[in-house]
Order: sequence, then C-alpha cells, then structure tokens
Amino acid sequence: MRGHGWKWLLCTPALIVLLLAASGPLLIVAVYSFLSPGNMGGVVWDFSLEAWFRVFFRRDIFEPDQVELNTAHLQVFWRSVWLSLQTTFICAFLGFPTAWFIATRPRHTRTVWLFLITIPFWTNLLIRTFAIQEMIRNNGTINAVLLWTGVIDSPIQMMFTEFAVLLGMAYVFLPLMVLPLYAAMEKMDFSLVEAGYDLYASRLNVLWHVILPQVKPGFIAGSILVFIPAIGAYVTPRILGGGRTMMLGNLIALQFGQGRNWPLGAALALLMLVMVVGALIFYLRVVGRNDGVRRG
Amino acid sequence: MMGCAVARSRFSITRLPGFGLIAILTFVMLYLPIVILVAFSFNEGISQSRWEGFSLQWYQAAFNNSQVRDVSLRSLWLAVTAASFATILATLAALGTTRVGRFPGQTMIYALINQPLMVPEIVTGIALLIFVAAIKVQTGYTGMGYLVAAHTAFCIPFAYLPIRARLETLDHALEAAAADLYASPIQAFRYITLPLMVPGILAGFMLGFVISLDTVVITEFVKSAGQDTLPTYMLGQLRRSVTPEMNAIATLFLALSLMIVTAFFFITRTRGR
Repeated sequence: MRGHGWKWLLCTPALIVLLLAASGPLLIVAVYSFLSPGNMGGVVWDFSLEAWFRVFFRRDIFEPDQVELNTAHLQVFWRSVWLSLQTTFICAFLGFPTAWFIATRPRHTRTVWLFLITIPFWTNLLIRTFAIQEMIRNNGTINAVLLWTGVIDSPIQMMFTEFAVLLGMAYVFLPLMVLPLYAAMEKMDFSLVEAGYDLYASRLNVLWHVILPQVKPGFIAGSILVFIPAIGAYVTPRILGGGRTMMLGNLIALQFGQGRNWPLGAALALLMLVMVVGALIFYLRVVGRNDGVRRG
Repeated sequence: MMGCAVARSRFSITRLPGFGLIAILTFVMLYLPIVILVAFSFNEGISQSRWEGFSLQWYQAAFNNSQVRDVSLRSLWLAVTAASFATILATLAALGTTRVGRFPGQTMIYALINQPLMVPEIVTGIALLIFVAAIKVQTGYTGMGYLVAAHTAFCIPFAYLPIRARLETLDHALEAAAADLYASPIQAFRYITLPLMVPGILAGFMLGFVISLDTVVITEFVKSAGQDTLPTYMLGQLRRSVTPEMNAIATLFLALSLMIVTAFFFITRTRGR
C-alpha cells in the first residue's frame, strides 16, 4: 500500500496495447490531416491545410481561385446529424413505453423481458441490418405481403433511401435506449406516482410531472448512447443506403477507397470525433447540472 | 406488495394508456425480421420472401462452401485469441484499479481503457489503417498480428467491465481472514481472490469473444488480402444479390451469439449469491 507503482505496473500491459492499437493511431490521424495526398492513396509529407479547406469548401475545376462552399459535404454532415436526431427520437418514442412495460412486470417475468431486449443488443449488428434488408427489399417480405394482399400493384422502393437508413438505425440502436431507461425506472420511487394519483393528478400529469423528471437521467443517457453510434454509423447506411444517402462514416471510408485522399479522410474523421466529443460534453454538462439540483 | 395487488385490480398506478401496446409492437418489430431471416434459411427454393417448403440444402451449401469455412474458422480463432489476451490484460488492469483507493493518473487510465467505447469504430478503423500501412512499409509483415492487436485493444473495455464489477463486490474481510491465518499475499490471491474472481473473468472473456466476433468495421480496414473474417465476408456479399445460404450462415452465427449471451446472462445473474 506504500507506493502506487504496483497499480501502474498491473495496468501497463493493457495500456501499452491500447496506446498502440487504439489511442496512438488517433494522433497519427491528426497529423495526416495536415499532409498532402499521395497519388495512389497514402500521403506525401508536405504540410498542407488543403484537407481541412476541402472539408468545407471547393475550388472551381477551371478557375482554382473561385471558391465556394462544398455543398456535397455539407449535405452529408447535415444528413448525418438529422438522421441521428430522428433515430434518437424514434428510439425514445418506442423505447420509453417498452422500458416502462418491462419495469412494471412482476419480478420473475421482468428478467425474461429484459433478456429479450438484451439479445438483440449482443447479436451482430450486421446480421440485424441484413434482416432489415430482407424485409424492405423490392422482393422482400413487406412488398411480398403488400402485393399478395393487393394493397399495391408494384413494389415500393424502400432500399437505398433515407427512410431505409433511418429504419435500420432505429432498429439496431433501440436496445441502447431501452436499457438505461429501464435502469432509471427500476430505481424509481413508485410511491410518488401513487401520491400523484392520490392528489387527483391525471395519468398525463403524473407522466409529465412525476415519472419523467425521475427517469430523465436514463433518457439523457439513452439518447447519448443512440446518438453517438448513429453519428458514427457506417455499416447500416452502407448496406441499406446508397450513394445519395451517404452518411459521414461512408464519406470518410470513401476517401480511403476510391477517393484516394487520405488527408481529407483524416480531417473528416477528426470532424466526426469532434461531434462525438461535443455530444459527450453536452451529456456530462446536463447530467452534472441534474446532480447539482438533486444535491442542492 | 400484497396490498398493491388488490389495489391494482381497481386502479393500477403503473398503467399508462397505450404503453403496453407500443411495447408489444416494439418487441414484435425487434424479433419479426430475425424470425423471418431464420425461417427462410430453411426454405427449399431460392426465394427469400416466398415459402416453398422445408429443406436444409442452404446449410449444406454453407458447409460445403470452402470460403465460408475459412472465414468462419478465422473469425473463431481471432475471437478466442483476442478475447484471451484482452481478458488477461483486463484482469491485471482491474486488479490495479479496483479497491485500491484513488491514485495519481487513475482518471487517465480509465479514459484510456474506455476510449474504444467512445470513439466511433470507423474512426478507429481508418486510424488503424493508416498506422498499419506505415508499419507494413517499414517491416513488410502482413500477418494476423495487426488484427489480433486491434481486436484485443477493442475488447479490453468490454472484458474489463464485468471483471471490475465482480472485484468491487468482493469482501476485503475474506483476504484479511486469509492473512490472519498466515497466508502470504500470493497465497491469499491464489486461493481466495482469484477463485472468487472467476465468474467475472469468465463473463469478461465471453463479452470479449462476442465483441470480437461481431467487429466488422475495424476488421474491414485493418485486414490484409486473404484475411476476411465472417462479418467482412458477409458485408462484401450483402451488396450483391444473396441466396438463402446467407440466411443459413447468419442463423448459425446468431445461434452461437445466443448461446454465449445466455451463458453470460446466467453467470452474471448469480453474481450476488
């Protein structure tokens, strides 16, 4: 118990691996975003701000002095944020009643319902996205049922649309909303709900003034847990979306594939990291303020 | 609680109109696509939306597909290797950070351990792509080492969580009792602490295994030619038109994940006892 050295010693092997294969490479990304692209991918070691410039702006091909906003990129940023917000909203709308349903079951059946939410949480995201693809393809389940019942005459195009990406993301990230909400509800003081009804509050009033304030931390945690992977989504938009529904993750990947512009890809990746860290800081601020209220 | 049950028959304080319906619909929506995916893996025809009779031919096709066999074995090998390394490293780190009081640099250690959870996989993926490309140029090594290192790092926070949770619930008095009975610190660790940690370590390994098995984005960017894992193979196939063979592969994959998750659930649930 004298020195702290042994604690560090025990952590060192893990820290070395993490520094080498997780944190360290992020620093290299930062460096690469200030270099020039090589012809066949890779970089040329010349300092340049071009990558950061091209994140937001574009030069005219024929007149390089003419600079305009890179609307294609801005569209992708906006789509990423907007789809992520919508995903978070849908997950909250479906997740809140689901978590409430689980939290109000008798103790022995509650475990079963909870387990049913945990299974998708731990099953492969790729397979769940594939399952959605099977549903919404032109010759997929939904169109087959609609055609068979005569509701439609020709298949509805759902794949490769923003709707498909939104549906897929809401589907795969839903458990991330339900679990923290459930955790908050389990700790909830139901006698306060009872007191609310005793004082002739309507169900809506109890929901709004008694239940929601108590589960707010779970709501915020769930929203962050959904929003962050949604902003960073790559697999779901790649499978369900197309070139017109590209999200930031796909734009980054593109620079390391056909785009052959590693510095631009690195700059875009850092931009994504900034968005994620921004969301996390927002979360810590909100949670910190809530804690302050409760303590005070 | 008994009194509550009587009251509930007249006025339930836990009821909110419409919530039950939305919840049930949500469960249906969560499971319907998976059920359909599994069902059509047994379809006799090639269609994934029209049922033509029961058959195991797509499983047979999957088993006879040498590429599928290769990538599956590689995935399993990688998951076992990475999860083993991650579990050992996470166990050591948990021993160094749990029940030891605050010490300088602790926050930084936590931040580093949890970093893979915060950073989007695509960012880690391209960061590793850049790093690995640079090392490849320097050393010429193109083996599985990169994937093992990347997966190990990514699994560490997942393995760390249950091990740390288990350690936190351990009673200091047990080790104190061992010391009172003249056990050396090493004996106390070997015969008291370590056996009590086993459920946490087991759970940590399983989480690491599932996470490694599921990791697709990082693998996609780190792998060299001929190092496809099952998820990256599937990702490549999904852009083409797929046959129910893919359903069969996905079903087997699901079954494996389900078994591990179930085991994990029971191991962590008995923790308190």
